[in-house]
Amino acid sequence: MLTHILHRVLVAIPTLILISIFIFALQKLLPGDPVLALAGEDRDPETLDRLRELYGFNKPIWMQYLIWGKGVLQGDLGISIRSGIPVTEMIAQKLPVTLQLAAMSMLFAIAIGIPAGIISAVHKGTKTDYVANVVALSGLSIPNFWLGIMLIMVVSVKFKLLPASGYVPPSEDFWLSIKTMIMPAFVLGTGLAAALMRHTRSSMLTVMRQDYVRTARAKGLRERVVIMRHAFRNALTPIVTLIALLFGELIAGAVLTEQVFTIPGFGKMIVDAVFNRDYAVVQGVVLVTAIGFILMNLMADIAYVLLNPRLSGR
Amino acid sequence: MTIRKLLLSSLLCTVAFGAQAQTLKIGLESDPDALDPDKSRTFVGRIVFSSLCDKLIDVTPDLKLVPQLATGWTISEDGLTMLMTLRDGVKFHDGSVFDAEAVKANIERSKTLEDSVRKSELSSVDRVEVVGPLEVKLHLTTPDAPLLAQLADRSGMMVAPSAFGGDFGAAPVCSGPFKFKNRVSQDKIELEKFADYWNADAILLDGVSFLPIPDSTVRLANLQSGDLDLINRLGATDVGTVEADASLAFTATTGIGYQGITFNTTNGAKSETPFGKDARLRKALSLAIDREAINQVVFSGLNAAASQFVPPASPYFNPAYPAPSRDVEAAKALIAEAGFAGGVDLELQVPNRPENQQVVQMIQAMAAEVGINVTINAKEFATMLADQAAGNFESSQVGWSGRIDPDGNIFGFVTTGAGFNDGKYSNPEVDALLKEARTTGDEAKRKGLYFKANDLLQADLPLFYLYHESWLYGLSNKVQGFAASPDGMIRLEGVTKSE
Repeated sequence: MLTHILHRVLVAIPTLILISIFIFALQKLLPGDPVLALAGEDRDPETLDRLRELYGFNKPIWMQYLIWGKGVLQGDLGISIRSGIPVTEMIAQKLPVTLQLAAMSMLFAIAIGIPAGIISAVHKGTKTDYVANVVALSGLSIPNFWLGIMLIMVVSVKFKLLPASGYVPPSEDFWLSIKTMIMPAFVLGTGLAAALMRHTRSSMLTVMRQDYVRTARAKGLRERVVIMRHAFRNALTPIVTLIALLFGELIAGAVLTEQVFTIPGFGKMIVDAVFNRDYAVVQGVVLVTAIGFILMNLMADIAYVLLNPRLSGR
Repeated sequence: MTIRKLLLSSLLCTVAFGAQAQTLKIGLESDPDALDPDKSRTFVGRIVFSSLCDKLIDVTPDLKLVPQLATGWTISEDGLTMLMTLRDGVKFHDGSVFDAEAVKANIERSKTLEDSVRKSELSSVDRVEVVGPLEVKLHLTTPDAPLLAQLADRSGMMVAPSAFGGDFGAAPVCSGPFKFKNRVSQDKIELEKFADYWNADAILLDGVSFLPIPDSTVRLANLQSGDLDLINRLGATDVGTVEADASLAFTATTGIGYQGITFNTTNGAKSETPFGKDARLRKALSLAIDREAINQVVFSGLNAAASQFVPPASPYFNPAYPAPSRDVEAAKALIAEAGFAGGVDLELQVPNRPENQQVVQMIQAMAAEVGINVTINAKEFATMLADQAAGNFESSQVGWSGRIDPDGNIFGFVTTGAGFNDGKYSNPEVDALLKEARTTGDEAKRKGLYFKANDLLQADLPLFYLYHESWLYGLSNKVQGFAASPDGMIRLEGVTKSE
């Protein structure tokens, strides 16, 4: 088990390097001069040249990458050329926000998706199954930003139940923090719940056809025990994979949802950084997101082994 | 009974006093960049500075320069020295004293800091001499009329020398009515009242928070739900919603900026086009456009049609050139004269923002009626800027937020080699006139020079103007005393917020 984890960590390093090179190259391919993009309202040519010199944009691309890479090894992810704030500080400010949104969204998704999937599978072919499928399809089809704006209009503007946008850290005011996150988490969560529900349903159906489930029933066990202890537990493997992947995506930042609800998370940060040609910020966010994905997948692997001891030991 | 009355009245008193301590929440259309006046380049940054950093000179709603940290200024006959007297009793947010030494240190910082973007604005300042504790003399290398206006903007913002060095932009120390409390990037900027402000009596708020919310629908929703008290850049099509809402109010003023179309006349291969070479075609396009119709359709009539680089309210506005009305016959005649009676093509690039695109689509339809086939290239803003600088455009729909001094609205755009002159238009006569207009502070003389330059520019038409944007604000009824300013800045003197 430990060797397995170590092996995965070692493989992660070249993966991260490749990803960072790829993203760096992509950014440089984008049309647009970062200094001009920054310049905003003041465009004195002398100033622009001086800034290019200062930020090293006149150096060859590979050298710019190596300078960045060297900084990373020393724990310095560079600074945002737009705001002058160190990238590590920006990430430290926004990672907890993104993680909170991701966690709450995942909670909604799991709380809605998995039970819906189980019920749907157990009542396959009935009205319940049909309704659940329609709701799932709607969840997948409704665009996040539309749902978000509609919720703001109804919940915040009309009924004034929740704040329309913004973010408050839980350390400052726990309940207000939850309140600011409920709508965005719900919007994100419903989309994911739909995917989870479909996966849970098909996984359950596969498992419920197995012989051991028939045996469990034949043994006279209560239906609830058969479903939850025998079927569901074994159906979990693909569901756990999906949850890990989805969580990784959530860490990457829900761009549209964050934009609509003005949540200062990763999604908003990376979009602004790309438009501003703020290389260091994009590199930093991609790196952290990639690490997040790799970690999530690793945890999924560990979860498999815990769920199904037969998967360990090679 | 008496005790109950006492308790009740003291409770009411507490509530009443509590109600006076209010923070104003302002919604901005984007997040400001570094909060360092020497490094800041964004329009929204200037809005935050209006509350955070006082300047030497301020501007009235009718664009007159008035004292703020400087109480008076005189310019020598030859225009090479500017003597400024400074306000007494002014403190910076950290308690240090504002004086002549601070002014000298500030100007030198603006000129010497490695990534300062104020250098070109202060290029005429050779050195600053401290004459007395509250008197400075600026020695200039050349007369510079726009300098006063520059000192009414970021170049004139005075920051505490004790806070130089280190990351000033992360924790700015200025001398404005509010001091810096906290910032979370892309989330909020919080300022709190500065008790020792020299004009503290005029400040009736406890604090102000700026919240960047790029989507205008969401910004409005926040205003409607009460999460914001004032929003910047209210959408023109949302004005009706605000006016219909009993708890909200709407206010506006015409800005000093403009939106127009710039042509590539001499910048590389893409200037070798009919429109790049023939002013008659450019004039024809201008005549084909019904500016008032665009104003009504896209902006609900809230903007003002434009004909030149300053708005009608400016003393430098030339009434000989009112906003052109649509004249299809005249446009067709010019096109025929230029030899393109059968039709002529034009590429027009535009930032991919909804309002700009709507304007350009209307222009495309109007131009088609006179035989001009416009192809629209919607580009992401940074790409568009880069293409413009590289000459990779035929025409471009661009604007400018405007500066108080007329020089700020024209010099950089039409003089040879200037920073914003992406079409690389070059006319030595125009250059000479605009350079001379910088050297004298005499308004009448400057007016004459700008009028002459305008005549030449109206004939050459390297760019033409579509409209002057109005600054539209939505506010809660709880906010009283707010008046919009033509420079788009949010000034909070006298503004109150009730419970």
